[in-house]
Formats: sequence, structure tokens, C-alpha cells
Amino acid sequence: MTMHFEYKIEGGDFTRAGYASSQVKRSLKQLNVDPKVIKRVVVALYEAEVNVVAHAYSGIIEVYIDTEKIKMILTDKGPGISNIELAMEMGFSTATPEVREMGFGAGMGLPNIKKNSDEFKIESEVGIGTKLEIVVFIKQ
Amino acid sequence: MKVSEIVKTLNLEVYSGCKGLDKEIEGGYTSDLLSDVMGHADSGNVWITLQTHKNVIAIASLKEIAAVVLVKGYKPEADTMAQSNEEGIPILGTDMEAFEITGLLFNMIKG
Repeated sequence: MTMHFEYKIEGGDFTRAGYASSQVKRSLKQLNVDPKVIKRVVVALYEAEVNVVAHAYSGIIEVYIDTEKIKMILTDKGPGISNIELAMEMGFSTATPEVREMGFGAGMGLPNIKKNSDEFKIESEVGIGTKLEIVVFIKQ
Repeated sequence: MKVSEIVKTLNLEVYSGCKGLDKEIEGGYTSDLLSDVMGHADSGNVWITLQTHKNVIAIASLKEIAAVVLVKGYKPEADTMAQSNEEGIPILGTDMEAFEITGLLFNMIKG
């Protein structure tokens, strides 16, 4: 059995950032998933959500939960990432000064996502958008 | 140690989230970078920061932070306080700088 959730993200709307993460967290708690696994999912998904809010125009989060894993796919329409290798580096960020002032945009997002996921895929096309696929296994 | 105990001992302002004053504190984390807190703070931590916007509570809730302490007299924004009341995560305040309040909290918590 697979549970499926879908959330829309509006670029620039920081007031809603974290909504999907908190909904997914609630569902995983109800399913009695190991708190350590939930923590990893929450960190990865929140960072991914914030990336879409901070950089893209809009995005969709799809979450699939089955007995083995939590799979999260974030597809955004946005500027895309021209150098993914560089974007994956700790401390590299293209965030605006306004976003940085809020304490975001420290260049830790993508490394945090990778660290907290078991499978991590990123595809991006400049001028089109970015797609992230994050998998966290339920049995660590 | 309960949140209410640090409020009393360090004479902290309670801006919102009174429902959570009975929460237990286990350690703390001092940072103004939200991804840093997201990646490294632990549940039950008290979070010391100068960030006052609503995303602080979103993170505090996701990370199960016991309470947020705003430094240097910074005050939370209205929607931050509303969210803190809803989540029952206290927002506290002090005129002290992060270094000083962190030191005092460290000594209280480790003791």
C-alpha cells in the first residue's frame, strides 16, 4: 500500500514554508515511523521546500509513503541551477540579500538534504526548473 | 529543567507560547542560520537567536525545540507570536547578547 500526498508551493511565500514538512511529519508519527527516520525526512523536506520558496516561481511536492521508504519528489518551475556541483557545495548560495537576512541562504540546504537522505537525485535545466528526488528508508 | 525555571532564574520576558512553559529543556543551540538549526539542533533544545520572523516557529516545531530565546531585546513579529501560541512553543526574550545568555544557560543546563 502506498500513501500519496501532494502540496503546492508558491515561490517567495515564506509564510507557508514548512507546511508540507509539518503535514508529512504528522502522518509519519501516526504511522509510528521511527523518530530518527522522521527527523531525517523533516530536515530534507523542509530544506527542499525552502529552496523552492527562495529560488523558484512555483513548485509541486509529491510524497509517497510505503512500508519500505518515504519518497519525496519536488518539481519546480524556476531559474534552474547552472552548476549543480557548485550548488551542492557547503556554503555556496545564490540567495538574495533579503533571503539571507532571514537566516536562509547560507548554502547549507542541498548538503543538508543529501546528508539526511538515503537516495538523492537532482536534475535541473536553466530557465525551466529543478527536480529533486529524495528517498529515506524506513528501516535504517 | 523546565522552561519556566530558566524564565524565573534569568528573568526572561515571555512573549508568547505560555502553554509550553512546562516543557523540559535538554541542551541548547545558538545560531541565526536557519539551516544550521535545522541540521544540528536537537529536540528539547532551547534555541537562542536574533531571528524574529514566523519561520523560526516553523523550524522550532519541526525540530521539537523546547523554547526560543530572542537576544538583545529583539521582539517577535505578530504572526510569529500567533504561531508560537498555536504550537505551544514559548518565545522568550532578554536584553543580553547571545554570548552572555548562552553562557548562563549552558551553566544552568549542564549543572
